[in-house]
Amino acid sequence: MPQFQIVVCGSIVPDPLQTLEPVTGPAGPSLKNELMLPAVLDPWAGHALYEAANLARNHPGSKVYLVSAAPKAKLQQVMMTVGQKAPFELVAIDASASGFTEAADVAALLAGAIAAIPGLDRSRLLVFGGWESASRGAGVTMQMVGERLGIAEQFLAVDQLTVGEDGTLEVLERIEGGSHQISSCQGAPAVFGWATGNLPEPRNNPQVGMQNMRAIMPALQKAKPASTGVPSFVSVSLPKQQRETRVVKDLTPDEVAREIVAWIGEN
Amino acid sequence: MATIAKTNHASLRTLPGDDFRQIMWRFAGRYDLQMIVQSSRQVARGPVARLVAAGARNTHDWTPEKASLLEAFDEAGITAAFMDPHQGGFIEGPKNLALALIAFELAWVDAGAATGSLAGCLALAPIHERGTSEQRDYYLSKCAPPQPGENRKPWRGAFALTEPIPYVGVETGLLNGKVRVVAWEEGKEPLLEVTKRGRFITNMGFANFVTAAVDSADERFKGSCMIILEESDPGSWDRGTPTRKLVHQLSSTSDPVLQVRVPASRIIGGYSIRNGQIVPKYTHGEIIDAVFSHTRVTVGLMTSAKLLSAVEPVLRYQRGRFRGGEAVAPGTPRYELGLQQRADSVHRLVDVWATGEASASLGFAAARIFDVLDPLEKRKDEIFAQRGVEGARAQLKALMRVEKDALELLQDGEHSARYSQLQQDELVQFLIASSLANVLCPACKLWNTGYGATMMREAVSLMGGYGITEDCPGFLGHKWMDSQLEATYEGPEAVQRRQLTLTMTNSVFLAQFHEWIREMREIGSTHPATGACTLASAMQMWLWTLNHLQKTADADGVKLYHGTRQGVTFPLADSLCWLLASRQFILDVLELEAYGPDHPAVAEGLEGTVRFYTDLAHVQVARAAGELGRICASLVFGYMRHPVWESCNCYQSDELIELESMIPGICSCAVDVVDAEGAHPAKAGPCAKADGLEAFTRLRTRLDCCLTGSQLAKDRAAEALTRVMIPEALDYPA
Ligand SMILES: Cc1cc2nc3c(=O)[nH]c(=O)nc-3n(C[C@H](O)[C@H](O)[C@H](O)COP(=O)(O)OP(=O)(O)OC[C@H]3O[C@@H](n4cnc5c(N)ncnc54)[C@H](O)[C@@H]3O)c2cc1C
Repeated sequence: MPQFQIVVCGSIVPDPLQTLEPVTGPAGPSLKNELMLPAVLDPWAGHALYEAANLARNHPGSKVYLVSAAPKAKLQQVMMTVGQKAPFELVAIDASASGFTEAADVAALLAGAIAAIPGLDRSRLLVFGGWESASRGAGVTMQMVGERLGIAEQFLAVDQLTVGEDGTLEVLERIEGGSHQISSCQGAPAVFGWATGNLPEPRNNPQVGMQNMRAIMPALQKAKPASTGVPSFVSVSLPKQQRETRVVKDLTPDEVAREIVAWIGEN
Repeated sequence: MATIAKTNHASLRTLPGDDFRQIMWRFAGRYDLQMIVQSSRQVARGPVARLVAAGARNTHDWTPEKASLLEAFDEAGITAAFMDPHQGGFIEGPKNLALALIAFELAWVDAGAATGSLAGCLALAPIHERGTSEQRDYYLSKCAPPQPGENRKPWRGAFALTEPIPYVGVETGLLNGKVRVVAWEEGKEPLLEVTKRGRFITNMGFANFVTAAVDSADERFKGSCMIILEESDPGSWDRGTPTRKLVHQLSSTSDPVLQVRVPASRIIGGYSIRNGQIVPKYTHGEIIDAVFSHTRVTVGLMTSAKLLSAVEPVLRYQRGRFRGGEAVAPGTPRYELGLQQRADSVHRLVDVWATGEASASLGFAAARIFDVLDPLEKRKDEIFAQRGVEGARAQLKALMRVEKDALELLQDGEHSARYSQLQQDELVQFLIASSLANVLCPACKLWNTGYGATMMREAVSLMGGYGITEDCPGFLGHKWMDSQLEATYEGPEAVQRRQLTLTMTNSVFLAQFHEWIREMREIGSTHPATGACTLASAMQMWLWTLNHLQKTADADGVKLYHGTRQGVTFPLADSLCWLLASRQFILDVLELEAYGPDHPAVAEGLEGTVRFYTDLAHVQVARAAGELGRICASLVFGYMRHPVWESCNCYQSDELIELESMIPGICSCAVDVVDAEGAHPAKAGPCAKADGLEAFTRLRTRLDCCLTGSQLAKDRAAEALTRVMIPEALDYPA
């Protein structure tokens, strides 16, 4: 059975329930009080991480790394939750996780950090990430990470990865028009930008958390500060539609759909 | 129309997040605790909140939905947080702060869920505190959730002390539960029969074992004990019908009737045989003292969590109150601020928030001191065992000798010739920590829950009619009602006041209290805006009043400060709690100010947050000072008899007229004047004088003056509440 080194690229985003208000500061655009807002693991990266953990569990001898470029104090808070979900080793880069960074710079940081992982074996390397990010749907970062690492096998919007006994990979990717495409690949190394995958959030396991933290805390401490360029933005604003967050219960999916359609019609 | 002055200072920008809390409550360096906070929060704001929103509180029965929470607790690590790693847990060392944080997180959404988890710990607590090491390892391991791959159901326990009326309640000595010897073969383990009827026993709907308090009904068994009963023991195990509770409905409560046979090895802490009698190592009283001294802190923190959880829903309600109406256009103050245009709405929310903060500060300080105390207590037992000091009484005597050393350390500090020796003396450390824990624990159980319940009502009232509906965001109505249970179970307020009556006069505690007055004055000089100096004045008044009452008798010559005189001791106990909570809040704000800059996520908004918290602390201090003044004055003056005209040494009116020629103006100053016919002004009698109490009246006047600036602080805090950024929606359903 093949054994993998699965490197998941994933960072943090502000908790989606927070008020997200773009403001322009001396260093370019950002979100109001961004550093003070609670953060969560980027949901797309989360799918990638949970798929990675599952793959590693089913392929004993595999190992999961999480490579994360984020302000390390915020990342540390998020690790308190994520660290209990699955065994992984953190590689932290102390950098902005804002949605206003230059994707090429972020990709360079991530690729550099991956290349520097001690004992990295490209023949077993699977690079995972989200196909986009909840803070900035650039949709290009993972490809650039792949290019920088010289990995040409790249799959985007992945919902399922099946590994054959011989290490071949069968990939289910989303394509336009709501269809899926199945591709196969001879094996590692390859890059996967995950869509939602199929897995629920793993059960909490505090023992795993304690185990992970012994390495996560030192990794955070030695995370090196790095900067990313900020593209120039002509203007930054909230989507025109006014956000109306409501928590509803007892509504059927049909009723919810009807309400959304009516709401879109208003705007 | 806006009634709140605008200022341009840095102010509170967002609701304080985990980064701030970790510093204030001193677990920034503890990732084990940070993880348990996150996982408890996920359970609270996920499955617990969904159950409450779905109406699971509307039945008294223990339903499968409610039972599913136990598994959620197991998965989150909540159950195992009580155990040591070798018993299936994951937290090393003492776990008081961990359990406090868990209770806080669960009660943020529903205190009944918190109680359900806490009761499991309560059942184990007698075993944990006083069980033999075999009992500890056996039962704690049985209750640890299965590890992945393990196929077993964890055991659940209940703690049975309270009995049907007229037996155990506040008075824990009135035991009706009985133990008798049914078989005792020479050289073998005696077999006992235990009968126990319980009342209001939490977790009883599903408990696999019960730790029960019982008394001897057999001359071969000496005194009382706590004993472990298992559901598979021979006999009858009637769980009883569910209690028709108005509160905490996510926990299981019933009145069981248990009659089972158990081996004597189930006696918690073990036993010895002396003169043909089974002599338990610990009486039930000794065990429950050890248990409650720890577990009550977590209950106190449940109410704190609820107060703090009310802030966000109230802010959102206030802001959005008039939005959506045709007449109220976006951008207008009425649209943006809603009810926050009205000063009173915001002022009252400031009061709720300040109470929540102060009570949380007090509760977490209490939890932390137990984390310090627990290992010291073990060391104390080891030291005494080495020295051959056995039994509670002998230990007490030995500790009395250590008291002198503790006082020398506290009073002389570095000036003591034995400073470093005393500082390292573990018995001295034990005595100091236990004197604090013995005050902080009842204080937080009493004040957090009792006054917390009052302030929870205030929070509910800020939501108008919505507040008392099931639909109220944040379940504030439930939380209000639930607070009353927190004030009641594990010993109602009277029990806490009774304990404080004893522990707050302990000389080691008072020596620390003296030092705190100096500490608050110093903080006052560097951080005047905290109100620390006002607090020092209030503390001084408390100490003066205690001293005075301890050596004074009432108008009938009856001693004032006495255990049976609850009219004196209880209010004084209450007033101390106000001081302790305010002091701890101030210390936590200073901690944030000192260590915040090291944390990049905190540093960004630190200045404004510290400023806001400083104002909040000042508001709380002023409220505490008001209570102090009221309570102390009523105790100091209230037990004297009002002077009457008959025995009055008043001026006669003609005497005054003569005096007027020598002291012009005296006629207009004298109030209590009797005329030639003996008639006097229409009032209760001559005005009472403070003869001999001038020191008190000076303190009182000073304290009143010390309130200077406190309302300005409240205005600033209120203004901050009109600006602080809040999330778009609550992170749990309503
Ligand atoms: C939902 C719920 C769950 C509970 N869970 C448990 C459990 O798991 N295990 C368990 O053993 N018990 C449990 N209890 C019982 C609880 O601890 C008792 O109700 C509580 O200790 C008070 O006892 P009581 O109700 O008999 O009140 P009483 O003893 O009748 O006291 C009533 C009031 O009388 C006054 N009073 C009584 N004595 C004094 C005094 N000496 N000085 C001054 N005033 C006094 C006080 O105002 C007091 O509040 C639970 C109770 C409830 C409601």
